[in-house]
Amino acid sequence: MLFNFSDYAQLLPLVANSLIAAALLGLMGGLIGIFVMNRDSSFAVHGISELSFAGASIALLIGVDVVFGSILGSLAAAIIVALLGRRAKERNSIIAVLMPFGLGVGILALSLYEGRASNKFGLLTGQIIAVDQPALAWLASISIFLILVLALIWRPLQFASLDPEVARARGVATTTLGYVFMVLLGLAVAASVQVVGALLVLSLLVTPAAAALRVTSSPKLAPLLSVVFALTASVGGMLLALGGGLPVSPYITTISFLIYLVCRGVAAARKRAARASVAKASA
Amino acid sequence: MTDTTINSNRPVTSDAGPVLSIEGATFGYDERPLWSDLNLDVRHGEFIAIIGSNGSGKTSLLRAILGQEQLTSGTIKLNGKPIGAGSRSIGYIPQSRSVDANTPLRGKDLLTMGLNGHRFGLPFTSREDKARVEHILDCIDGHELARLPIGQLSGGQLQRFRVGQAVVDEPDLILADEPLSALDLAQQSILAELIDRERKDHSAAVLFVTHDVNPVLDMVDRVLYLANGQFKIGTPDEVLRSDVLSELYGAPVDVVRNQGRIAVLGAMGADHEHHSHEEWR
Repeated sequence: MLFNFSDYAQLLPLVANSLIAAALLGLMGGLIGIFVMNRDSSFAVHGISELSFAGASIALLIGVDVVFGSILGSLAAAIIVALLGRRAKERNSIIAVLMPFGLGVGILALSLYEGRASNKFGLLTGQIIAVDQPALAWLASISIFLILVLALIWRPLQFASLDPEVARARGVATTTLGYVFMVLLGLAVAASVQVVGALLVLSLLVTPAAAALRVTSSPKLAPLLSVVFALTASVGGMLLALGGGLPVSPYITTISFLIYLVCRGVAAARKRAARASVAKASA
Repeated sequence: MTDTTINSNRPVTSDAGPVLSIEGATFGYDERPLWSDLNLDVRHGEFIAIIGSNGSGKTSLLRAILGQEQLTSGTIKLNGKPIGAGSRSIGYIPQSRSVDANTPLRGKDLLTMGLNGHRFGLPFTSREDKARVEHILDCIDGHELARLPIGQLSGGQLQRFRVGQAVVDEPDLILADEPLSALDLAQQSILAELIDRERKDHSAAVLFVTHDVNPVLDMVDRVLYLANGQFKIGTPDEVLRSDVLSELYGAPVDVVRNQGRIAVLGAMGADHEHHSHEEWR
């Protein structure tokens, strides 16, 4: 059965952790997603998430904290990509090299692992709603750290991302900011992998921002919309998942995708309207 | 011959030392320097055109001033201090090039970033900064375009905002890297006048890299002509002459003046023809 909301009221307090986790992910994903888009780094998100998966799988195999493993994996990936891939072209090929390797290592570790199968599957495609206290503590510390650092470097990072030549000329430390961003991205990916799984991280870290940028090019409205979209997907997906036996990730990815489609539709309709009004004016 | 250097008597505010001071600068890859032993003091309010063909090291000179390329030898000082990696005393106008249509940046944001983009924190703009941006919008006649994504602007419109961005923080030095390329003549003169007005109003020095001196000929105080691993510095009348350039190129060159415009003919084959429609990339 897909939905069963009969015991919903009793269920809510029990899954408060998961809802808080979803909200934190949405907030974080929506904000950093804007910079992922501005820096054209969607592919990096995907690559880092595979390495994060490898780290988590190895952690599961050798019996250390999975969150710790996934953070280590994605930070390693983020730093490698930042150091070796200074230019966009180089970056993409580095990621394309790293990604299958990470996935392979992860699958190797999982096939050697003899514990519960749902643990294995969860790392790739998301957990069934189960965020325990230590995992929430990790997630909360990561999100607070990430949001604080992002707030601090927001303006120069925006300058460096959207107008790198002029930013550099004006003395903005574009290279250092690039490194800081990749580390933040690594943390955000590691946190998201815990809930939506390595394969679906893009739905929280890229899709909401991509949708927002379809409908606005205002540097203030875009992050705001992106956060609203990401929160809708993550918290909404979590609430829906509570009513059914399915993992949370399909709900999150579907909501995220639908929002994107709507935003594309709005953008297309606006363009048509603009063209029509130009035609009318010239007629 | 028409006098093309009508501005040479302009009073220059020089209460302080030179804005930019280049001493014994040599730059090159491997053994062959692009230019060597370059000495140049740029005063406040001075407009210097840097001319030369592709590969003569014009852009490298700008990059060296921006701290993005290392000199082989020599020093560059900005306001008396050795240059670092970029500076807030510098306004930079990059080459005109197309911007992705979905870039989430409007003309107004470009100006705001020129003013406070280097500052830490969230992108909130003070009332004072907003007023300054409004003033620049007046100057570049950009109010109607201010809210359009820059990807939707034409080349000339975008370059107007680029000039605005470069001057919004009242820099001491404006570096322009072929800002007029790919623009039509009318737009070229609008932009050139914008830059010229700014340097007069705030006595900013201008280094203007171009392969065509004509759009800025009336504004230029001195010309730095790079060719053949050598250079010449002087007023346009001193440098843009057949004998001087022939010596520089080591081959016969004709400098032709016609109705206030200058054409350099026959310089190293396809080298220079100042009002040719040829585009160098």
